Amino acid sequence: MRRIYLDNAATTHVAKEVLEAMMPYFSEKFGNASSLHSFGRETRDAVENSREKISKKLNAKEHKIIFTSGGTEANNLALKGVAFANREKGKHIITTKIEHDCVLNACKWLEKNGFEVTYLNVDKEGFIDLNELENAIRNDTIIVSIMHANNEIGTIADLKAVGEICKAKGVYFHSDTCQSFCKVPIDLKSFPVDLLTINAHKIYGPKGVGALVIGEGVKIDPLLHGGGHELGLRSGTENVPGIVGFAKAIDVIKEKDIEHMKRLSDKLIEGFSAIEESWLNGPKGDKRLCNNVNFTFRFIEGESLLLYLDSKGIAASTGSACSTRAVEPSHVLTAIGLSAADAHGSLRFSVGKDNTEDEIKYVIDVVKESVESLRKISPLTKK
Amino acid sequence: MNEGIRYSKKIMDLFLHPKNVGELKDADGVGKVGSAVCGDVMVIYIKVAEQAGKKIIMDTKFKTFGCAAAIASSSMLTEMVKGKTLEEAEKLTWKDIEKALDGLPLVKTHCAVLAIDALKAAIKDYKQKLKGEKE
Repeated sequence: MRRIYLDNAATTHVAKEVLEAMMPYFSEKFGNASSLHSFGRETRDAVENSREKISKKLNAKEHKIIFTSGGTEANNLALKGVAFANREKGKHIITTKIEHDCVLNACKWLEKNGFEVTYLNVDKEGFIDLNELENAIRNDTIIVSIMHANNEIGTIADLKAVGEICKAKGVYFHSDTCQSFCKVPIDLKSFPVDLLTINAHKIYGPKGVGALVIGEGVKIDPLLHGGGHELGLRSGTENVPGIVGFAKAIDVIKEKDIEHMKRLSDKLIEGFSAIEESWLNGPKGDKRLCNNVNFTFRFIEGESLLLYLDSKGIAASTGSACSTRAVEPSHVLTAIGLSAADAHGSLRFSVGKDNTEDEIKYVIDVVKESVESLRKISPLTKK
Repeated sequence: MNEGIRYSKKIMDLFLHPKNVGELKDADGVGKVGSAVCGDVMVIYIKVAEQAGKKIIMDTKFKTFGCAAAIASSSMLTEMVKGKTLEEAEKLTWKDIEKALDGLPLVKTHCAVLAIDALKAAIKDYKQKLKGEKE
């Protein structure tokens, strides 16, 4: 059966050149990067060269790149690490209602540990109100955490504007850029961002590696204590093949790939718009991530549409989470004002650089048929 | 949630090719349960006739908004009760549906519970209508 992968926001395949770059670091160059002998030195060089390369990509000369096990760990390190290191300054944290679960759940855990968190509202396209942010910052606010591109609806926040507000108010600014890194330009020389989360497996790199980029002078405590690796901020023997693959992956997505993904996404949006009682979630145009398409198809439930498409070889994703009693609607879709019923009927399609126009045509046809079939079964359909 | 969900082949077959989909215009009983907010709505229609002094479910249809397990559970229920007496149908439990579907993932057992609730609601509706006619 034909298989079409449209879940690149969940993860991408590892690019061939990335895998090739990683291969020598499994069996051939296997030394512990902390060892003083030649085996250690060659992997230490590989780690430091990778760090240097990622630093250049972000124009982050003044920042430290701390390698982690991925985006989740980097976000946890940013929030918990800064919160605990700055307890004397205050106990207040600001974030938004549409962050990734790893940010929201880290915040909930911090609330249980004596911190206070403000969750900013977003408008119907997923943008925060900068005035609301400014007014939310208090004397005891330590850190503001606002994601760059939203993983579900592709809304791109104005990092520069948020950063400037935080800088003027003297609070740290952290941004989770797992979805946007290498798709939207990030220049830390001109964006005042103190802490930035990036990862490898959304950009054709391996799973299990990410980094927290930390600005000069940021007070932060580690989550993992041990041998003092990564400037004492992340103990644990470095994942050398992963780090090498990460550095290689930052060159995979080219400008033309971004344009290609944007074109394919626009085609999907156009095709799905022809389906009755359906709409695009998130903004249109250049404030939307190039590869994200999130659509509500009313009167049907997302998981059933997902599995219908899966039976035809198409991979997409829902934002809903199934619990034992009911299906929890996506917190992002409810934050932008969708009813729970409409949020349940939503699906995310995230294109990749290797998808083709022909695949997109097939997907549009299959989605139309599938929505029609499921609406025939649904008691909610108006007829 | 992050354990992922794996459905039996039976569930997937029924989900992709459900039986008895639709409405019964002249239904004797209709049961609607669940809510769109929670992600599942089921409607079960039953047609009842008396044969040799026994009330038998002659026909059933369903309409469901929900996940694959909800659709498969309702489809299975309609197949299981067709031709059964009301007494027999009332004895069915969600475990019977679960068994007939070759198992349900733990987070989806509520779908079989919902299907049984919809059937009970349809039978109740039938009995109430019957009572109304007699009075």
